[in-house]
Amino acid sequence: MRYIPHTSDNRKEMLAAIGLTGVNELFADIPQRYILDKPLRIEPAMSEPDLMRFLTALSNQNADVGRTVGFMGGGAYSHFIPSVVPSLMSRSEFVTAYTPYQPEISQGTLQAIFEYQTMMTQMTGLPISNASLYDGAMAAAESALLALRVSQKSRIAVSRAVNPGYRATIETYCRNQNIEIIEIPTGTDGGTQLDVCRGLIADGVGCIVIQSPNYFGVIEDQTGFAAQNTGSSCQLVTIVTEALSLGILKSPGECGADIACGEAQSFGLPVSFGGPYLGFLTCKEKYVRQAPGRLVGMTRDSEGRLGFVNTLSTREQHIRREKATSNICTNQALCAVTASVYLATMGPEGLRQTAELNLKKAHYLRSQLSQITGYRLPLSGPIFNEFVLQVPGTVHQFQNFMTAHGVFPGIDLSQDYPEFGTALLVCATEVNTREQLDRYVALAQTYSKEALS
Amino acid sequence: MKQITQFPGTSGLILEEPLIFEKSVKGRMACSIPRNDVPEIDTSKLAAQGYFRSSIEGLPEVSEVDVVRHFLRLSTWNYSLDHGLYPLGSCTMKYNPKINEVAAAIPGFAQLHPKTPEAFSQSALRIMYELQNDLAEIAGLDAVSLQPSAGAQGELTGMLMIKAYHLSRNEPHRNLVLIPDSAHGTNPASSVVAGLRTQTLPSGEDGCLNPEALRPYLNQNLAGIMVTNPSTLGLFEKNFVEFSCRIHDAGGLVYMDGANLNAMMGVVKPGDLGVDVMHINLHKTFSTPHGGGGPGSGPVAVTRALEPFLPVPRIVFRDGRYGLEWNHPQSIGKIHCFYGNFGIMLRAFTYIRSMGPDGIREACENAVLNANYIKEKLKTHFHIAHDRLCKHECVFDDKYQQEFGISTLDIAKRLMDYGFHPPTIYFPLIVKGALMIEPTETESKETLDQFIEAMIRIAEECKNEPELVKHAPVRAKRRRLDETLAARKPILKWSPGIYPE
Repeated sequence: MRYIPHTSDNRKEMLAAIGLTGVNELFADIPQRYILDKPLRIEPAMSEPDLMRFLTALSNQNADVGRTVGFMGGGAYSHFIPSVVPSLMSRSEFVTAYTPYQPEISQGTLQAIFEYQTMMTQMTGLPISNASLYDGAMAAAESALLALRVSQKSRIAVSRAVNPGYRATIETYCRNQNIEIIEIPTGTDGGTQLDVCRGLIADGVGCIVIQSPNYFGVIEDQTGFAAQNTGSSCQLVTIVTEALSLGILKSPGECGADIACGEAQSFGLPVSFGGPYLGFLTCKEKYVRQAPGRLVGMTRDSEGRLGFVNTLSTREQHIRREKATSNICTNQALCAVTASVYLATMGPEGLRQTAELNLKKAHYLRSQLSQITGYRLPLSGPIFNEFVLQVPGTVHQFQNFMTAHGVFPGIDLSQDYPEFGTALLVCATEVNTREQLDRYVALAQTYSKEALS
Repeated sequence: MKQITQFPGTSGLILEEPLIFEKSVKGRMACSIPRNDVPEIDTSKLAAQGYFRSSIEGLPEVSEVDVVRHFLRLSTWNYSLDHGLYPLGSCTMKYNPKINEVAAAIPGFAQLHPKTPEAFSQSALRIMYELQNDLAEIAGLDAVSLQPSAGAQGELTGMLMIKAYHLSRNEPHRNLVLIPDSAHGTNPASSVVAGLRTQTLPSGEDGCLNPEALRPYLNQNLAGIMVTNPSTLGLFEKNFVEFSCRIHDAGGLVYMDGANLNAMMGVVKPGDLGVDVMHINLHKTFSTPHGGGGPGSGPVAVTRALEPFLPVPRIVFRDGRYGLEWNHPQSIGKIHCFYGNFGIMLRAFTYIRSMGPDGIREACENAVLNANYIKEKLKTHFHIAHDRLCKHECVFDDKYQQEFGISTLDIAKRLMDYGFHPPTIYFPLIVKGALMIEPTETESKETLDQFIEAMIRIAEECKNEPELVKHAPVRAKRRRLDETLAARKPILKWSPGIYPE
């Protein structure tokens, strides 16, 4: 086995040094009846060339965005990743290091995370960022728990327009801590109903959780929600699942959110069938000692030179155990460093221009599709790069027709949001060319003629 | 004549590098943006409604060369597994095979959207399905969910399932979880997030589970026990099966923290020992990289009785097709937006296929051999609280060095100067001044001998040149960092002109 260097001579010599004669004696402390006498029932070992051939062949059966045309978002977005990102992120020094428990020989990861924290505060407009959480859904759950620690309440209100995967995860985390979850309905524009919140706040809800742009792609009136909370202990948590939107849209902090969280997969990470992604959390300064997860801080070494360490660890499980602010230990450090490389590469201007391209492409596709007979846009609210589209026939028929022509037209909403009837969530980003957009429209036209005839 | 050992530690040239924000020059760019090929739209309405931001204040403006030099220089300040021995106890820093990284980057996997219709994601689902089966076989359990993103989330998932199991049997009062004092801090933290209470169990004199400590809690309030096996002392819990039986007799369930599965895989199946549910760290036992603190992956394996409570969607194979199955009314629900860290699962799958059944067992055997070899060679130089056959790791302490005024922290820092990553220190908490060494199977005898010699030299330095050890490291990028200063007035982001004083 190429990963195990010992020769049989090595083994003999080492066993002799320990005073043993056989490898099985290394397990003499385990009752003999539990020692396996048969090999595991798993596939036999494959050589590297055979395994690569096998994996490549398998991968070719999948429909990756490189060979098909995809219009799927819903919490995972296809964006262009500049070559410097994978090049730098393949450095063994970043990839094969452990959590920076020994700061003197981990300054690379520590400074990169400190830079990530800084950039996330700039992107979200809130002054504190932790070092990452697992994914957007878990970050949303942790944010709700943080908000309740701050507000000292036990009820939360979550918009129906929050990503269903996030709502389910929030529920898993909250239900078991006896937290009551109330759903806030959405209006005809696709935005969360603001007027409902007034009553909820009066009723003692500890936090309002909205997503902007929300799951329907609609930009929420965060400022309006923040204004509602004025004078109460109720916290506004804004989830951002399409982090690229922060390149052009007003930040949650600027709109008055108390906590921003969500998914930063758009910052340089491939869609990779759902993970690994990058959960982020930023918040107001005064919540720092209540925040979950790791924090990197600046300090000096014994010679007075600047350096970085994990800090405020007394919040964390390895010190505080059952009283910790969260149970998280390993997070998504490498994904956070990837995000810093991506954000440094894009810069404010690159992000703005890319975000604008997303906005324009999605608007173009939406407007073109709305002009075809049988297609409707049920929601009137402003969008960034996603929108809800009602299609003629059934979603299934439509998807089958489109995929048969190599186009993945969007995410089926009929299970999660039956109120929209036969609808899809359609996303267009900077990777979708005009040709691809026009192809979508042309195919949709052909389909509607066939479906309606 | 014996050759003088050459240690890997050097005082090589290290390049300084400021924060990226300090390199920013207005107007520089490191990316190129495609031309807009669709009609311009009127954004004035959106702008008038106040949806747009003016600028992203502070984000750096640098060239592509700046980005490359900056992050490359940063990377060189890390000690990594690819540099050398990284014997962090309970972290299982085994070599991370390169084929795993290549596999995860194949476009058919890396660019596959999670909402792709199942008919077009069969291979990804198949890999997950087969990995589930392999992990179930290794664990000796019946069903697996790959959804947890790391060990702690696996623990939370497991504890939620234990809670759901008791609720389903109309026993909501069963909410007490027993946790030995040698446990990792995530164990109690995860139990509390699951809405359960915890009770610490003192270890016996021998460092193992103490059956006497169990007695007061074997009643109708018992939800279960969380045990790390082999323990954080590197010892196989000799009373494990007895414990399992007594917990089961009292109506509780047994959770095994599988952080140390490397010392069991292919040799013993946890399921055979009475484990009901366990998590597995793919980023430890199954060779996926740690990435400086993640991403990891913490699948949970369970018995048939707990299967209905697994997170959804379940990955299934029915009628010749792989698919996602949502209809499990007793499920604890979701803990991830999609299906977990697929890229990490793919790496672990690649590892298991590279190793095969014999390779898995050999990895385990050699890991245990290496740990015992280090224990044997160092036990006359460093105090060891429990000198017995160990499993994946051995735990020393600083008792002998204390008389020269040297602590475990000093020893750890001095190891850096020799070119090694220090072991885990001050954990487990039940060993005062612990030095927890886990070499793993991928280290050669030569590397171990070099490390052993460095440790022996440090033990001598403690006697003869204690000041050298107290002021280590001298060869790292930075000398010892002031953690008190960092925590007193925390600076958690860059602002112009703000530095710790």
